[in-house]
Amino acid sequence: MYKILKAEKLNEVVYLMVVEAPRVAQHCEPGQFIIVKKDDAGERIPLTICDYDREAGTITIVFQPIGASTEKFAAMKEGDAFEDFVGPLGCPSEFVNEDIEELKKEKILFVAGGVGTAPVYPQVKWLHEHGIDADVIVGAKTKDLIILEKEMEAVAGNLYITTDDGSYGRHGMVTKVIEDLVAEGKTYTRCVAIGPMIMMKFCCLTTKKLNIPTIVSMNPIMVDGTGMCGACRVIVGDEVKFACVDGPEFDGHLIDWNLAMQRQQMYKTEEGRALLKLREGDTHHGGCGNCGGDE
Amino acid sequence: MGDVLKKVPVREQDAKVRATNFEEVCLGYNKEEAVEEANRCLTCKNAKCVKGCPVNIDIPGFIKEVKEGNFAEAYKVIGKSSSLPAVCGRVCPQESQCEGQCIRGIKGEAVSIGKLERFVADWAKENGIKPEVAAEKNGHKIAVIGSGPAGLTCAGDLAKLGYDVTIFEALHQPGGVLVYGIPEFRLPKDKVVKEEIENVKSLGVKIETNVIIGKSTTIDELLEKEGFEAVFIGSGAGLPMFMGIPGEVSNGVFSANEYLTRSNLMKAFREDHDTPIKTGKKVAVIGGGNVAMDAARTALRLGAEVHIVYRRSESELPARVEEVHHAKEEGVIFDLLTNPVEILADENGWVKGMKCVRMELGEPDASGRRRPVVIPDSEFILDVDTVIMSLGTSPNPLISSTTIGLDTNKRKCIVADEETGKTTKEAVYAGGDAVTGAATVILAMGAGKAAAKGIDEFIKGKAE
Repeated sequence: MYKILKAEKLNEVVYLMVVEAPRVAQHCEPGQFIIVKKDDAGERIPLTICDYDREAGTITIVFQPIGASTEKFAAMKEGDAFEDFVGPLGCPSEFVNEDIEELKKEKILFVAGGVGTAPVYPQVKWLHEHGIDADVIVGAKTKDLIILEKEMEAVAGNLYITTDDGSYGRHGMVTKVIEDLVAEGKTYTRCVAIGPMIMMKFCCLTTKKLNIPTIVSMNPIMVDGTGMCGACRVIVGDEVKFACVDGPEFDGHLIDWNLAMQRQQMYKTEEGRALLKLREGDTHHGGCGNCGGDE
Repeated sequence: MGDVLKKVPVREQDAKVRATNFEEVCLGYNKEEAVEEANRCLTCKNAKCVKGCPVNIDIPGFIKEVKEGNFAEAYKVIGKSSSLPAVCGRVCPQESQCEGQCIRGIKGEAVSIGKLERFVADWAKENGIKPEVAAEKNGHKIAVIGSGPAGLTCAGDLAKLGYDVTIFEALHQPGGVLVYGIPEFRLPKDKVVKEEIENVKSLGVKIETNVIIGKSTTIDELLEKEGFEAVFIGSGAGLPMFMGIPGEVSNGVFSANEYLTRSNLMKAFREDHDTPIKTGKKVAVIGGGNVAMDAARTALRLGAEVHIVYRRSESELPARVEEVHHAKEEGVIFDLLTNPVEILADENGWVKGMKCVRMELGEPDASGRRRPVVIPDSEFILDVDTVIMSLGTSPNPLISSTTIGLDTNKRKCIVADEETGKTTKEAVYAGGDAVTGAATVILAMGAGKAAAKGIDEFIKGKAE
């Protein structure tokens, strides 16, 4: 069992948990993820690693409930435990294995969208600890949905917050901030964009125009996370890749975004039904027209 | 007494009924049937069946005990050579191994060795009989990677010799392919697999789940930091292959691994489990091996019309005859000499059909089988909404790529000595599908057994 040492609600929709998982904490690097399963009947859910403490043997996860399983996670409290917690999965971010002196010559821009701020944080932190200050754009729909602002501020070079509705920081999408920064005279040698699929797609369109090589982190449907099922197939350039073992980070300019978004829809009906069933409890009988029934 | 030339028939669930449930197909022998079948055994002195068995079970020996009704004794005889009799009695290809060598088989049907083994194992379980534990622990720590047939056998054998064994399993449940690959209706998980694993644990073997060697830790760390003196790699062949045809990433195209893992390991077929599965209305399973049959019969039970699409003819089907027979009985449709060339998707990216060509058999190829050749202008569209690719699997490179000095061949299989399991790295042994590529449960067990012997000799040699 993997004990939850801390459970916190970061805002209306986002949850943070610190989980005891010594083997994972000992070996994980920025860019990697874990798979977690609540109980015997539970689903294996891939989640990004937001932070890790090698000495304490803990992993911090941040998630936003989007289906029945993550909704169940959200109801868990400090002292509860996950039955299964496995990782680290996937490859570390490419800079982890690059020459630090060469990296110092670069100017790196991170773009985080919503809950995507969580996986960006350990990357920026790692660079900061290695003497590299990267610029970070954090974007969200509205002020209340900005997470980890203080933490990010402590490790980022320049931090640019933006909200779609202008309620906090700059006003507009992250893509606009990228364009503005470049227009203001900033130059970047690479960009790392992590967030909702649609946001990563548009970031890539923008950085492609601006000629900034861009890495994205894919979070497709997967089962085992070790290369066994192939559910997480993504097309990168001309090649079919498994996000779990070949990724999750890929060259964003080579991703087939439409296909990736289409594959995300695979179990939407089933997930929707399961979620409604969970939320409505005994009053759920299907056939309401919302979920297509329970047949 | 029935016809001595024929096997005592084994009771099965009716095909129509079982096509709609996940209960075990074969019901097995009862005591009377087992004794009657055992009496068909000629108790050959120089028994060929034993040589046909990859773990060399004393077959005439255990059958002799069954004849006399000494089932506990029969279990002991099998236990000397096999840690997983309830599994082997169910999934071994006996027709090409022990039963293929049986003298009875020359003039009639071979003795039903597999069903007898299963009977003995099930009887032992029902009567609470456990395998014998080693007299004394020797204090040497051995790590086993993977809890499939190779790992469980190697661990069990080493524990019996007194070793302190820990198995590391990447998934959340031990059993490997026995749990994620082979369906419930062929190999019940709680009744059979779990029990066999409990038996191995009762020998003192520890199992740590959720540890991915190569990610959560490495072989070098196990040897250098965690105090293990030798490592056995039985990580199997879990990487699925795809055809590389257009449309293969469409929604509704799955690897057999994914489909079976969802259904078997995650129990997606059960209402009370959270993992979803796409049932599909019309399903095509590409391939003709045992895994293809398993996927087809699973889809059938989930309510679909199922087609096996295979490019050669029936006699080349790599699956066991029994599996093909069962699949047909249950209503799986066989589209033989048919090869997919493209998967067609609708405007939302979902499978709406599969373009196929008809094949005919030409000259024999390198494998000795007649090569399938495309018949010109034979293109047609198979009306399906789900496609399951079952083209075989290859070993996962996670371990080999993170272990310095561990050589693999060009098929990504770990290079290991057949007799001892010894790899190119000191203190590291390997066996099963990780070495041979996808093969059978019993061959993996044979390799696990050989490696246990190899490791024992290595540790003893070190002490001298």
